[in-house]
Amino acid sequence: MRDPAVPRSYGVLLAVVAVATAVLVLAQAELLARLASGGDGIALLAGVVGARAAVLWGQRVLTQRTAATVKARLRERVLRDAVARRGDRAGAVSTLVTRGVDAVEPYLAGYLPQLAVAAVVPLAVLLRLAFADLTAALTILVTLPLIPVFAALVGAHTRDRTRRQWAELSAVGGHFLDVVAGLGTLKLFGRAAAQADTVRRMATAHADTTMRTLRVAFLSALVLELVATLSVALVAVPVGLRLLGGGVDLRVALLVLLLAPEAYLPLRAAGAQFHAGAEGLAVLEQAAVVPAPPATATRRPPDLGRAEIVLEDVGVRSLRGFHLRIAPGERIALVGPSGAGKSTLLALLLGEVVPDTGRVLVGGVDLREIDRTAWLRGLAWVPQAPTAFEGTVADNIRLGGPDATAAAVAVGLGDLLEARHPLSSGERQRVALARALARADAGLLLLDEPTARLDSGTEATVLAAARALSRGRTAVLVAHRPALLAEVDRVVELR
Amino acid sequence: MRRLLLAALAATLAELSGVALMTTAVWLVVRAADHPPMAALTVAIVAVRALALSRGALRYAERLAGHDAVLRYLADLRGRVYESLLRQPVRRHSGDLVTRLVSDVDAVQDAVLRCLLPACAAGLVGAVAVAVVPVLAIPVLLLGIVLPAAAFAVADRHLRALAPLRSRLAERTVGLVHGAAELTAFGALEDELARTGEVVADIGGRERRVALLTGALSAVGVLTQSGAALALLASGASVPVVLGTLAALEVFLPLTSAAQRWAEVRGSLARVRELLTARPVPSAGEELPPGRRIALVGPSGAGKTTLLARFVTPEARGALADAHVFHTTVRANVLFAKPGATQDELDHAARVADLDLDWDTVVGERGTAISGGQRQRLVLARAVLAAPPVLLLDEPVEGLDPDHADRVLAAVLAAAPGAVVLVTHRLSPLAHQHFDEVLVLEAGVITQRGSHAELVAVPGYYRDRWEDEGITRGLSAPA
Repeated sequence: MRDPAVPRSYGVLLAVVAVATAVLVLAQAELLARLASGGDGIALLAGVVGARAAVLWGQRVLTQRTAATVKARLRERVLRDAVARRGDRAGAVSTLVTRGVDAVEPYLAGYLPQLAVAAVVPLAVLLRLAFADLTAALTILVTLPLIPVFAALVGAHTRDRTRRQWAELSAVGGHFLDVVAGLGTLKLFGRAAAQADTVRRMATAHADTTMRTLRVAFLSALVLELVATLSVALVAVPVGLRLLGGGVDLRVALLVLLLAPEAYLPLRAAGAQFHAGAEGLAVLEQAAVVPAPPATATRRPPDLGRAEIVLEDVGVRSLRGFHLRIAPGERIALVGPSGAGKSTLLALLLGEVVPDTGRVLVGGVDLREIDRTAWLRGLAWVPQAPTAFEGTVADNIRLGGPDATAAAVAVGLGDLLEARHPLSSGERQRVALARALARADAGLLLLDEPTARLDSGTEATVLAAARALSRGRTAVLVAHRPALLAEVDRVVELR
Repeated sequence: MRRLLLAALAATLAELSGVALMTTAVWLVVRAADHPPMAALTVAIVAVRALALSRGALRYAERLAGHDAVLRYLADLRGRVYESLLRQPVRRHSGDLVTRLVSDVDAVQDAVLRCLLPACAAGLVGAVAVAVVPVLAIPVLLLGIVLPAAAFAVADRHLRALAPLRSRLAERTVGLVHGAAELTAFGALEDELARTGEVVADIGGRERRVALLTGALSAVGVLTQSGAALALLASGASVPVVLGTLAALEVFLPLTSAAQRWAEVRGSLARVRELLTARPVPSAGEELPPGRRIALVGPSGAGKTTLLARFVTPEARGALADAHVFHTTVRANVLFAKPGATQDELDHAARVADLDLDWDTVVGERGTAISGGQRQRLVLARAVLAAPPVLLLDEPVEGLDPDHADRVLAAVLAAAPGAVVLVTHRLSPLAHQHFDEVLVLEAGVITQRGSHAELVAVPGYYRDRWEDEGITRGLSAPA
């Protein structure tokens, strides 16, 4: 509830609605009892009924609109957080952003409003009954606390389970994504059918644990139900008997009978919403993240045309005490066995990876002190496994720079400008090359196995592109093809 | 099914108990006001107490039976859904598939427990109410049919508008998470987040607008319920009947939200049904003579991978372009190719594929925690372990340095016990390893076929590429 995504005024508004509801519940019971015992006031009662409907409408609109607003804020926040943290599981994030966040709605628009009503209405009913018939009021006063006490007991029991269930669900989501994404591979190895048993087993185990939780949860619901219905019996029978003896009049007896269930109803309803509410709360907690500290590096990047890049005693991942000096305009190829840290080196220059030990210096300035956005603006990067983003090939290329057409033609994608996902891996590679080509003013080129999945014929086109890309700028290429080595000034071997 | 019927019956009786409890209690009080002899009230007193107990017990029975039936059914359904997926060609948007498996199947639970059961109970309670007080047919129809239908229509329209937005959100989310580094590098992260934010805002806007209508429908429900009781009261009906009416019509109020929920889950139900009834797509692979070794070469996009897919038969195994690395240990990733393989067999496969990873390393989602070359050798080790009668290899050593690549490929081919189909763009393995036939594929058509020696002897794509490679082979020699 203290989540900043939830508007501050929400609690106050819910309280106002609850008070209005309480006043109308009392008025309705009062008028109904008077009418049923031979009095008048049917027009007034109709007015009260109309007002109740209006308050209900207002409450629904308020709560659902608030829920929609909060959900939108949470979605944005989860996305930003996932992107900032990197390396997150896309399946789990996707589940949370689309379906997971929806679980907040029953909490905000169902549980919380009901909780507000449950806090106000029973109290108002008790007060009114204390003046009408003290015995009935006392009966309710004694039995009423049983409901929240039981609800709390059940709540404590189911809360942990619900939380575990939610964690399990996102794990299942991740598992399914993995299994389904690998369905082709599983089929090829004749293992897909065996996996079906695992899927079934996991689902059955899930059903078993859920039923165990539910048996307890329902048992307590049974107690709540019994407390409420028995209380009506406890109130109705003695009132009837006292009426028989002339202790009370019919109007008061009816009022007691009408109001007694109203005392229990909101608490029971809140209890019923508790599980849905707990799930929503768990999601709120999952989505609650510590905001990343804002980037403080503000130094402008040195002119890459003149600045020397130095990796000084760098240690991170598989790199240990690594030294490299790259002169301005120098073109370097990195070779070495896979896993030697070629891609890590590029990630260091991109600022994606920060060295554990040592420094990366650009023109004598530590890369960590340089404004990252400005630094990246001077880079053209061709990743090893490029992502195809939503939109056309042209849209994807335009991430690099405005002239998508020329770049596309240069890598043989001229006919595919308006094509959309799915692209083949070869096409994705070429899109990434074109994207780098479109970044005409980049001072540093980072190329990671650019010709992977292209045959030697297409490789020639790509080599031409690489040549054009590295002309007049500093370039670091991760190369496996001998053909690319001809394009560089120096070959650096990593082991 | 029997449990479900039981649940529906228990739900109906629970509701009827509630209505009877209220009616009897009111009758008791009204009758007591006439000061009859005590004996006239005894039956009512007992009835009130009994009804109060039975309502709770019946509700418990309903919940337990309903949930148990549905959860067992769901477990089975999940398995069936997965098995249907097996018979379908693999689709690309795995995010969508997961949404289907997890939430569509979960939606079935809601369809039964939150829509079907309450509707059944309300229908039966309504029938009893109309039988006792015929004029109640009007509010029962209004609350039981008209309002739910309206709520369904509103929700259905809303969801139809929302569906494409949600799938766009899911797609963009996957793109954002996987491509965060690229988007950052090209300064497009904020733009992409903003565009995704627009989708989020669009969803939120629609949800806010529809709240006006759904809220109004709930209000109309309460108006109808109370209005009916008021009308009865005004027309001189007895007090127990009036208050019993209020209680009976109360049962119908949740139907409005049930109808909205039905609109939500209907799409899921239809998708599950569609998946379960989809015709299996037959896959007929091409048989190869035992031990035959074929290589496929040609420019990218010529259809090599497509042609390779034609050799997929039940006994074929291999390392294909779309080979998936599962988010688990290296051991599990290799072992599934031959469950029950010994540690010696595993070590042998790793030696052949030159896989130098620790068996207990976790590879990360899509194998992102290991390098590209390691990933490829892992996929190869898997194919080696399977030791299949037909081995399919699609550019299996693509990411490795040429020398390393040639060494690994030679070892894999030497260890292969049966037929082999290799897709490669590098021709030197074809010169040094034995292949019965090399197929040259250009624009989807086989333009040349023969042995390496035959193909280099005649002009054509193959000889061009071979000479091309000769130049670069010379360059790489000093390195």
